[in-house]
Amino acid sequence: MSARGAVADLESRGGRLALWFLAPTAAVLLLVVAYPFLYNVGMSFTNWNMFHFRDPAFNGLTNYAKLLREPEFLSVLLRTFLWTGVNLVFHVGLGVGAALLLNRRLPGRPLYRALLILPWAMPQYISALTWRGMFNLEYGSVNLLLGELGLGPVAWLGGEWTAFAAATLTNIWLGFPFIMVVALGGLQSIPEELYEAARIDGAGAWRRFTAITLPMLKPVLTPAIVLGTIWTFNNLNVIWLVTKQGEPGDKSHILVTYVYKAAFTYYRYGYAAAFSVFIFLTLFGIVKIYQRAADREAF
Amino acid sequence: MRARPAARLWSHVWVHALVWLFVLFSVYPILQVVNISLRPGDQLYTTDLRLIPRDATLDAYRAILFDKPFPTWLRNSLLVSTSTALIGVSLASLAGYAFSRSRFRGRGAALQGILVTQMFPATMLLLPLYMIMRKVQLVDTLLGVVIAYVATALPFCVWTMKGYYDTIPVDLEEAALIDGASRFQAFRRVTLPLSAPALVITGLFSFMTGWSEFIVARVMLPSAELHTLPLGLESLATTYQTEWANYAAGSVLVCIPVVVLFLVLSRYLISGLTLGGVKG
Repeated sequence: MSARGAVADLESRGGRLALWFLAPTAAVLLLVVAYPFLYNVGMSFTNWNMFHFRDPAFNGLTNYAKLLREPEFLSVLLRTFLWTGVNLVFHVGLGVGAALLLNRRLPGRPLYRALLILPWAMPQYISALTWRGMFNLEYGSVNLLLGELGLGPVAWLGGEWTAFAAATLTNIWLGFPFIMVVALGGLQSIPEELYEAARIDGAGAWRRFTAITLPMLKPVLTPAIVLGTIWTFNNLNVIWLVTKQGEPGDKSHILVTYVYKAAFTYYRYGYAAAFSVFIFLTLFGIVKIYQRAADREAF
Repeated sequence: MRARPAARLWSHVWVHALVWLFVLFSVYPILQVVNISLRPGDQLYTTDLRLIPRDATLDAYRAILFDKPFPTWLRNSLLVSTSTALIGVSLASLAGYAFSRSRFRGRGAALQGILVTQMFPATMLLLPLYMIMRKVQLVDTLLGVVIAYVATALPFCVWTMKGYYDTIPVDLEEAALIDGASRFQAFRRVTLPLSAPALVITGLFSFMTGWSEFIVARVMLPSAELHTLPLGLESLATTYQTEWANYAAGSVLVCIPVVVLFLVLSRYLISGLTLGGVKG
């Protein structure tokens, strides 16, 4: 009832306040994203590459057909799904876990908070290279520590799956503080009274977590998770830097590093644009499915 | 509350053990960077596992602060990131409010549209973006990169603000309206202050977008006097020989403002809702 009243008010009084509130955001996004997006869609139907740099010509769906016939296409696609899924599970698990811990009254809490956001504070470029150094066969501290435990050195960056694991661990480290900060903010919107009431009703810690904390975190956590999925899916830096452009032998690529190599190492712009359109459509599909699932859960 | 002392002690031990595991995980790689920054000469590789190298020196920090244009990079980065944060948070707090409180036509599509802007691989958008920026003469200006960063940060910020506003009861604004406040005053005086935690999250996020971004900056800011910190640090790595110690020292220094900002902001990670005693 009351919600209806306020809503009607926002639209009637003050000359459509809602529109004014939205206009600046819409302007910035249209300026920066809309034209470049359409430009790429156009480019994806051309043969623009280093041989036709000055005279790109329309070539229909050639790029798309080429993309689907790419021998590595399926494995790169599946690796991208795996990469996104594993990262997301750990980001959310560790991020929410850390937030719950730091939301307690601990001595030295500000210090812990500061230490736990350090992975986010360090420029991604240097931390990715640092992790690459840590996975070095002879000098990397990962192998040196394994050596102390009497375990043989692992050639992390030499095998396709170990290189992939190294990049994944790096990205988990990079990404969990962000979810932690979001969850810390979200925890503040949960009234303490709810927990007290649940305690009086005899609900245990786990039950309180699933019945109160998680549902109340949802409105703030959902955008972070949906966008986190998109960012991880399209994360260029980490794989590119940790595996040194997809080594060994281009076997550790995800879709977006593959595109980057096609566009900027081999100058196949038209092809890279078609690949990007494919990435876009795939992500769009994933997010749609996710949202449909989330909606069903709500009712 | 009613737990026995022994059980409470155990849970304390557990919590601290977990916190320390987290700290170890997040700090160890940073210590590696600190370690490299303290090594004499530019040694990247060593089999020494010590946290502070044998003949530690602060030479790299001296070199970075006094021999390199670090103050210029820092000034540019602070300008860019602070502007991105201020503009991003302002725009997002308004747009998120409209999405949360109003049911206009096309609302669902617009919310989707905002998400969709993030789905296309960003590096491919760079060339056409450069062409637009050149047309409006914003190439090689800090304003140009600020606009690009705001656009990058906005989708997350808008969605987060909307999500947080959704948790704040509308009744509070209605009460303000009944007391004679205007629609905008109700937003500005009631809802916005209650959303402090979301403002902290979006502010920090927008700031970080500008602080660590590298690829857009490299394309849009050719002039050395406009270089931001990531660009400056990268220039240390692309000369004939990478100055690893300087590079690492620079990275450590880059972290400091972020940690300070977070510590300052986290005081506001306390909701007005839990203070005010209003039940939703």
